[in-house]
Amino acid sequence: MDIHEYQAKEILSHFGVPVPRGGLAYSPEQAGYRARELGGNAWVVKAQIHSGGRGAAGGVKLCRDEHEVAAFAATLFGKQLVTKQTDANGKGVYRLWVEAASDIAREMYLGFVLDRKSERIMIVASAHGGMEIEDLAETDPDSLRRMTIDPAVGLSEFQARELAFQLGLKGGQIAQMVTILKACYRAYRDLDAVMVEINPLVITGSGDLVALDAKMSFDTNALFRRPQVAELRDRSQEDPRESTAGDHGLAYVGLEGDIGCIINGAGLAMATMDMIKLAGGEPANFLDIGGGASPERVVRAFRTVLADRNVSVILVNIFAGINRCDWVAEGVVKAYQEVGLTIPVVVRLAGTNVEEGKRIIETSGLPLIPADTLAEAAAKAVAAKAA
Amino acid sequence: MAILITEHTKVIVQGMSGRIGAFHAADMIKHGTNVVGGVTPGRGGETHLDRPLFNTVREAVEKTGAEASLVFVPPPFAADAIMEAADAGIKTAVCVTDGIPSQDMMKVKRFLKRYPEERKMRLIGPNCAGIISPGRGFMGIMPPHIYMPGRIGIVGRSGTLGYEAASQMKALGIGVSTSVGIGGDPINGSSFRDILALFEADPETDAVMMIGEIGGPQEAEAAVFARDHMTKPVVAYIAGLSAPKGRKMGHAGAIISAFGESAQEKVEILEAAGITVAPNPSAMGETMARVLGRRQAA
Repeated sequence: MDIHEYQAKEILSHFGVPVPRGGLAYSPEQAGYRARELGGNAWVVKAQIHSGGRGAAGGVKLCRDEHEVAAFAATLFGKQLVTKQTDANGKGVYRLWVEAASDIAREMYLGFVLDRKSERIMIVASAHGGMEIEDLAETDPDSLRRMTIDPAVGLSEFQARELAFQLGLKGGQIAQMVTILKACYRAYRDLDAVMVEINPLVITGSGDLVALDAKMSFDTNALFRRPQVAELRDRSQEDPRESTAGDHGLAYVGLEGDIGCIINGAGLAMATMDMIKLAGGEPANFLDIGGGASPERVVRAFRTVLADRNVSVILVNIFAGINRCDWVAEGVVKAYQEVGLTIPVVVRLAGTNVEEGKRIIETSGLPLIPADTLAEAAAKAVAAKAA
Repeated sequence: MAILITEHTKVIVQGMSGRIGAFHAADMIKHGTNVVGGVTPGRGGETHLDRPLFNTVREAVEKTGAEASLVFVPPPFAADAIMEAADAGIKTAVCVTDGIPSQDMMKVKRFLKRYPEERKMRLIGPNCAGIISPGRGFMGIMPPHIYMPGRIGIVGRSGTLGYEAASQMKALGIGVSTSVGIGGDPINGSSFRDILALFEADPETDAVMMIGEIGGPQEAEAAVFARDHMTKPVVAYIAGLSAPKGRKMGHAGAIISAFGESAQEKVEILEAAGITVAPNPSAMGETMARVLGRRQAA
């Protein structure tokens, strides 16, 4: 689960990371007011959306007076900001962060991630920051410093110091960096984060370290014990189809194609999408109905898939282990009747209670297209679309 | 002797008196698994499915000689249950639970390292379908009737895709020695490489079907292991050729976030290591048949 920059800054600041002074605005007037409140003569206005690459997309601007702040804010509010990390629809701007401009002498990169190889939290840092880590890894891989943290011990002071020296920091900056590293680690660990990123971490003209930008992402599996984190969820930044599906226990990812998929199991769902593609079609979505799906959940899956107007055929592929083919078949028939389907539906059933499931499909009197194998199901779905 | 489980393996179920635990434990018993008891704290002394319940895993191990444990414990308590099994001397634990926080798994992995090699517990999962040696026994949630006993090992992240592979092979008359689901989480107990090593050492396994997916470094590590240390052929399939970068595809671990984590890159890495990769998920069975045929002819 992602949160906004201003929320990440608030959290990290609470753990001891220095951040610039700023204020949140929900309207152009409020943005202007925030600038006046902060004082000074230069402010950075930043669109709060769940995506990087905001600057290049026109979502960030340095403003020289309060009217410029309000005027820029007016152009952002309600806008769908398209960055190179978002899809073509972009993300809606409903909140702005107005910050006192910082005097930047140098930019660095600092990230904490879950390293799947060592199965530990890993620090990634570079003396050169300001650009995306993917680009940094490509253009300047030698500048990247990596360090893993033993979960039984935590981040050691010597590790933090070592990293600070590697980044070329001097004097009082070493102690500042150690404080920042330990604060980020504690925030990561104590709040069940999966990513903390400060990019850029800057050295100001007076030689102090400040987190100019901040990004945090959290482990959704741990939200049950982090209610304060769960509260930060912003549904306006999510694909409404995906969040609605999630509310009903369905794992759904919207894609660009027109063949709607209803599958059980994440692996089989990915494999079915691959098969569709190889058969010459394009999947409209990833959808895992999960285990023990009732006919009602199957109907809900149909509604979710059909909410995408591009869908022109639906492929149901179930290999039942803890699921039951007869329940799924009942759900398909029910969906046909309740939702008023007009597009072709290909159904492939295998596993637990498959005979009963197939009988329900065959005797339903509905124009459902049965298939026995994965390949046949994909081919029939692509053919049904063309017909 | 297959790997990890046979008809002789003494199995306990942590969470056996729960609705889901009881359902699957009953199915395991019906299919010949040697379930010797269950653990539910506070229900010690009772019986369930005609098996004794114990308050702690330690007590269950002392009284029944259990070697393996199936963990059906909800996410907030699952990591603790796994560590309890390890401390009680269980040799193999299988955890089906989906939704364990990744930092809990970090802690579990660190905890398992504290034991000397000879009493270190092997963990399979979490977020997996379990393990089955067809016709002999199983620990997990798979439908046992779709598997035919035989001499091919299966190891995969996804449960249902493992079923798909087993049924494709069955249709071609190819049976399974043991099928292992290692689970879809970013941090799991056993890796592809760990299970490949077990299959390589198993006299009852002739070849391995390995079913990977996008995300993580494990398929690449397995490729190196197969190239350098395996005499038995490995056939692979990688799911997620059509998956977009940076999006989580159902499994917590199925997300492309680094170089070498896409399906295309993994296929290239596997093929470079001499592993035969099935061209599509419907061809897993026939690819294995082809590789076995070629081997027989040679």
